[in-house]
Amino acid sequence: MSARPTKDVGGRFCGTVGGFRLDAEFNLAPSGITALSGPSGSGKTTLLRCMAGLTRLPGSLYVGDEVWQDPHKFVEPHRRAVGVVFQEASLLAHLSVRGNLTYGAKRTSARAEIGFADTVELLGLAPLLTRSVANLSGGERQRVALGRALLSQPRLLLMDEPLSSLDAGSKAEILPYLERLHRSLAIPALYISHDAGEIARLADRVLHMREGKIVPADAVKAMEPTLAGLDSEARDRLALAAIRAGLQP
Amino acid sequence: MGEVVWTTLRLAGLTTVLLLILATPIAWWLARRRAWWKEVVAAVTTLPIILPPSVLGFYLLIAIAPQSPLMAPLHAFGVRTLAFTFQGLVIGSMVYSLPFAVQPIRNAFEAMGARPMEVAATLRASPIDAFFTVALPLARRGFLTAAILVFAHTIGEFGVVLMIGGAIPGKTEVISVRIYQLVESLQYGEAHRLAAGVVVFSFLALLGLLLVDRRTDEAVR
Repeated sequence: MSARPTKDVGGRFCGTVGGFRLDAEFNLAPSGITALSGPSGSGKTTLLRCMAGLTRLPGSLYVGDEVWQDPHKFVEPHRRAVGVVFQEASLLAHLSVRGNLTYGAKRTSARAEIGFADTVELLGLAPLLTRSVANLSGGERQRVALGRALLSQPRLLLMDEPLSSLDAGSKAEILPYLERLHRSLAIPALYISHDAGEIARLADRVLHMREGKIVPADAVKAMEPTLAGLDSEARDRLALAAIRAGLQP
Repeated sequence: MGEVVWTTLRLAGLTTVLLLILATPIAWWLARRRAWWKEVVAAVTTLPIILPPSVLGFYLLIAIAPQSPLMAPLHAFGVRTLAFTFQGLVIGSMVYSLPFAVQPIRNAFEAMGARPMEVAATLRASPIDAFFTVALPLARRGFLTAAILVFAHTIGEFGVVLMIGGAIPGKTEVISVRIYQLVESLQYGEAHRLAAGVVVFSFLALLGLLLVDRRTDEAVR
């Protein structure tokens, strides 16, 4: 996979969806994986959906030199060069593995920077190509979903807890593939996870999210010694209480 | 007897094809909209299931009669009425079987959920492209169910065709009406042959339906 010059990805979404208030300003490094971490219900998935254009909230989003959203413009999801890996692999059940991999590739007008053979090799998909997606394991499904997203030649890759629905064995099987992807990826990627181990292995930097806001990492870091003895749930409750009280690091 | 069977099959086939085309956008709209008042539309499209065929036939007859405002635009083309014509019968059959087409297709679209269309969008497929390359193939079981139900239901309809068709041999006389006339004139032997044919056909249609369900169940797993 060759390098593609991209500037950073940044923007802000501010609005209410289904009674949930999102007000998130963010910046992703031009390449490498940025992890987005935070407790359940903090708005990580909503933010990702806004970036893909699947949920529409007021705001702005810039990807390199392209405007995907600003107050005067909203680029439809299918016109965004975005790759999305959902929590469940969400493979298209009526297509084979190859059919899934090429669905997006056939529809993109961008030059194929990410080649089919390279992707199949990177993700170890060769033995799966002619299989029906119904008979794949959880880990295999997510590898296909990842390959499918990459082959649509994205300028931004979004992954929403791609490992969270997998058992420990499948996770162990797919993590090395993600690490290889991380080393070869020339585009910015957002990786939602609340697994500290995954984040440590895959991410270059981490954004933390609480109650619909991106909070500074120091706010979380500074409290670490105090919180060491608490389980994650108690920690999240405490963090929420602190933010509600207006506490700043 | 061949003639009446041919008219019946032609009517059922044409009704099935046209109704699947008409029901698809309605079913899609019903499956995707969240507004409560869409159920008003759903109730209207389901009404033919519970209305007595004579009531449905009566209003259809009025709608396709020469004085009907719905017929006025057709007068220019030399068509005064569709009552007692094969075309009128097709329209009546479509209304009569509408729920049997809309419901299975709507269910299939709803079972699919929003995700496949989102996936298609993130893979650069426009909504129309995604509809034909993702939604339709994923809902194929609903379409097959709808096709079998509509075809069989049209073969079995009696009240509506009697009201608006008039049983003109070779044009609007179908099996169910012929059986009625045969029985009225005490020709039980002939009536038996036709009736038994309908029983066997209906059984095979239902069996086909169940086998389709079974096969797609396995394919989904």
